[in-house]
Amino acid sequence: MNVDLSLLNPEIAISILGLAVLVLGLIIPKESRHGLGWLTALGLLGVLGLTISGWNNQGTLYHGMFIVDQYAIFFKITFLTAAFLVTLGSMRFVDDMGDQSEYYSMMLFATLGMMVLASAGDFITLYLGLELMTIAFIVLVCFKRLDGKSVEAGMKYVLLAGMSSAVLLYGLSLIYGVTGSVTISEVGRAVAVTPVPALILGLVMLVAGLGFKISAVPFHMWAPDIYEGAPTPVTSYLAVGSKAASFAILLRVFVAALPGIWANWTMLVAVLSAITIIVGNLVAIPQTNIKRLLAYSSIAQAGYILVGLVTASEQGIKGVMFYAFLYVFATIGAFTVATYFYNVTGSDEIKDYAGLSQRSPLMAVVMLICMLSMAGIPPLAGFVGKFYLFKTIVDNYLWLAFIGLIMSMVSVYYYLRVALVMYRDEPLDNSPINLSTPVAVTLIIAMVATLFIGIYPGPLSQVINMAAHSFFMH
Amino acid sequence: MVDFAMQHAWLVPLLPALAFVVIVFLTKPWQKLSALVAVAGIVGAFVFAALAAYGVFTHPEFTEGSLVYGVRWLSMPGLHINVGIMLDPTSAMMIFMVSLVSSLIFIYATGYMKGDPGFSVFFSYVSLFAASMLLLVLSSNLLEMFVGWELVGLCSYLLIGFYTHKISAREAAKKAFVTCRIADFGLLLGMLSLQIVFGTLDLPELAQKIAHFHQYTSAGVLTLIAVLVFLGPIGKSGQFPLHVWLPDAMEGPTPVSALIHAATMVVAGVYLVGRMLFLFSEIPSAMELVAITGAFTALFAATIAITQREIKRILAYSTVSQLGYMMLALGVGSLSASMFHMWTHAFFKALMFMGAGSVLTALHHKADVWEMGGLVKKMPITAWTFVVGGLAIAGIPPFAGFWSKDEILATALNSHHYVLFAMGAFTAFLTAFYMWRLIFLAFFGEENPANHPVESPWNMTVPLIILAALATVGGWVGTPWDNVWSQWIFFGEVEHAAPNYGVMIGSVILALAGIYLAYQLYYVDREKVKAKALAERYHGIYTLLFNKYYIDEIYLWFNHAIVDGSAKLFYLFDIYVVDGIIVNGLGAFTRLSGEGLRITETGRLQNYALVFFLGVLIIAVALAFSSPSAAGLLLGGVK
Repeated sequence: MNVDLSLLNPEIAISILGLAVLVLGLIIPKESRHGLGWLTALGLLGVLGLTISGWNNQGTLYHGMFIVDQYAIFFKITFLTAAFLVTLGSMRFVDDMGDQSEYYSMMLFATLGMMVLASAGDFITLYLGLELMTIAFIVLVCFKRLDGKSVEAGMKYVLLAGMSSAVLLYGLSLIYGVTGSVTISEVGRAVAVTPVPALILGLVMLVAGLGFKISAVPFHMWAPDIYEGAPTPVTSYLAVGSKAASFAILLRVFVAALPGIWANWTMLVAVLSAITIIVGNLVAIPQTNIKRLLAYSSIAQAGYILVGLVTASEQGIKGVMFYAFLYVFATIGAFTVATYFYNVTGSDEIKDYAGLSQRSPLMAVVMLICMLSMAGIPPLAGFVGKFYLFKTIVDNYLWLAFIGLIMSMVSVYYYLRVALVMYRDEPLDNSPINLSTPVAVTLIIAMVATLFIGIYPGPLSQVINMAAHSFFMH
Repeated sequence: MVDFAMQHAWLVPLLPALAFVVIVFLTKPWQKLSALVAVAGIVGAFVFAALAAYGVFTHPEFTEGSLVYGVRWLSMPGLHINVGIMLDPTSAMMIFMVSLVSSLIFIYATGYMKGDPGFSVFFSYVSLFAASMLLLVLSSNLLEMFVGWELVGLCSYLLIGFYTHKISAREAAKKAFVTCRIADFGLLLGMLSLQIVFGTLDLPELAQKIAHFHQYTSAGVLTLIAVLVFLGPIGKSGQFPLHVWLPDAMEGPTPVSALIHAATMVVAGVYLVGRMLFLFSEIPSAMELVAITGAFTALFAATIAITQREIKRILAYSTVSQLGYMMLALGVGSLSASMFHMWTHAFFKALMFMGAGSVLTALHHKADVWEMGGLVKKMPITAWTFVVGGLAIAGIPPFAGFWSKDEILATALNSHHYVLFAMGAFTAFLTAFYMWRLIFLAFFGEENPANHPVESPWNMTVPLIILAALATVGGWVGTPWDNVWSQWIFFGEVEHAAPNYGVMIGSVILALAGIYLAYQLYYVDREKVKAKALAERYHGIYTLLFNKYYIDEIYLWFNHAIVDGSAKLFYLFDIYVVDGIIVNGLGAFTRLSGEGLRITETGRLQNYALVFFLGVLIIAVALAFSSPSAAGLLLGGVK
């Protein structure tokens, strides 16, 4: 069998980049290490280009252990875009924190983990990618060693992530026990023949393990504490990248490996999605800290994305991919504003955002647009995304669509509360906030992308149609 | 280059739209730069429009079909919305005319708006205004057109109320917006019905399907749709009874009045009816409705214009009246005559509004024509260009208005609409009379010693001169003997009436009679004794006309008595039932449940782990109960 290693180009490239950043950090003097941020950003851009150029180069490696289809490639593009934007928007934050080379290399290894996860063709690769990503994130979460909150968040993440991994592994081993295979496609064939109770138990454990990563209720308890404690850029990457990667593998496992027992899990996913949407949105209301607010809002967003899994159809997959992609821009836009605001003022409290529209019109407008997009207000991207997601379920799960609709209305309340503070209240401190160029670029990219996808979703929709189609090709 | 312009006609609305964005986000603090950006945007649009129009009018095949291209904007099973460009002789003429007149108005505005604190904002709004209109004109899809349509409405609101410190301006802006919104609701319903019945809003596709509408629906439904669609133009083009906003719209800066009246706003309604003529022409009764509305509006507004005193108000009623002519032409089935009148009207009406603006600047916004007089001596360019406009609108050959008005009257006569023809002809007489009343009162006769007018600067007079030239020669493309116009712009068959000398001579005589009467009453009779005596003798009629038939008062009464009354009732219901019980109750419930759920977030690891495992357990049990195949789980039967 021919092994076409060119399929692995992006993964190889990002590994080299990560190692290079790590080694360079040891070699170059401390004062010039801020250049590592630029190296990482440009390197990510290069890997992104490499990934995009391999769009038509599809195939599987190592007897189905590693799948490179357009579905996986699309998710890799999503991760790399997110990583690039986070890096670009957080250089000053990282420079203030110090230890740039460790930070950036961990960031790159987390990205590598996500890419492996998106391409995972069997449970071993799945677990490998998942752990690579998780361990890198654990390091990143407690990166501010001297900050009690950050360290506490790191400890909590280690323990809870370990627990969820254990549950996941248990589930995987049950499925292996029943089907005798770890390859997703073979499991799919075996499950179709022999649905047995143990499989259901395995399924539940899988839901729990991956539900933890996407912070679906009731496996979401960790998220607000860790989102609040972690350095803000890490939070934003955790909210975007880790979640998107987990959705990628969730779809792969459920739609490709477990379609045989679809009847057992479709209602389960629908209910989980509903309570995730409800809890996320309701608890976001009383929050006073912007990071906690965004954490709960991201829980709610995960609930919306789960809707796409309910029907397990090509349209549903398309909805998930579309939403995951636009979610990158909205979330990173909002978090970059929060990061920079923290840099300048040292505060994450919503009340300190008073008069932001006067201090920095761009920051205020990006925050507003990103939040309105998450709330699903046309003509922003979030509206189109929700439209694609809920379109798939109106026939059979109308109640879920109603819950989504009502809770979107609720979400407008807490998003606009932030807008009100930014635009109506008088600032306590009138000094204008000057944006550094990379941050301004990040914000503008996030804003323009959110507007563009919302107004003219056609091209992206076509790309995703191809990608969703490739999912069912093998 | 010509091909490029035709293939990229979307640049025409895009350039002024970009100017809007650039001014708002970048150049706002620098006034001159903002004006430059706006003028560059619209002149660029004009260049592209001119090239595209040249391309269209040198290819005879465009009379057969139009150039349509675009992209799919939204697509899902059962609903496809395309946005694109539809370039045919009609739209090519329109973009040329709109961008040309807008360019001149923009240049004029650089002089008129000088020193205004909102200078940059003004130019950003007018750029968006022009962009919206150009988008509307070029649209290949009704929904896309509607976007332009609503943007035009929004811009008119912003610009009419531009002097936000004036209460009258704010009120006028609201009036314009609300009146148009009422009409737009009808249009929206009509569009929805079209989408439901025919499954598309693409103009070319609709035209094909409506030609065989019996396969889709009954004539009754189509009549209803046509009436609903027509409501939009009634509002936007100031037709009776929704004309009330247009005279008040002069509260905005004068260049805005010129834009609204000549190029960007009111003609949108006429244009929409023209674009949708394939719908109206299927329903004879709808055509009659359009024709009667038009003729009635023409006459009705002309009678009001006779008694008005403010210079811009007279012009505003004259616009309403002229728009009536355009509707009349469409109603009797001639797209050609209607568009032709729109074309000539754009030139002379922009000319007259900008002339009025020049006068107002010179007189420090003293608007009453009775207090002017003799301005020709101090402001010769403004006065003589205004006279050209007056000759054009009165219909004196060879000025532009003569040819187009003659075409409309001849078409009405040829289609055997004798009553409408008579109304049109009488309106022609009134038009000449009230317009020349204005001219004699304001520009001739004795000077008012209280005024110290000076001629306006070059950037205001040059556009006037160019427009005066256009108002003179603009009609020569459509003379009855060699009617190039109707060979290009027509609906169905090439429509062209043979030269009707009777109509021509008759309309000239009527126009001259009107001018002569004005001359006698307001020029020869220096003390205006006869005019005042006439007003005294027919006091009742005079007051009725001066108060515009009390239409505004009737609407106000209706608002106070019925709308406000029922609103009060709903208000009580709203605060006590809806707000008190439903909204606040729900809000409190939502907030409280948020607070309640928040308590679960303890920060303790053990609790989190507990919830996690409980979740696993509950799901497993729930699944076991819900599906028989999993029930074995509970019984301990792991295979």
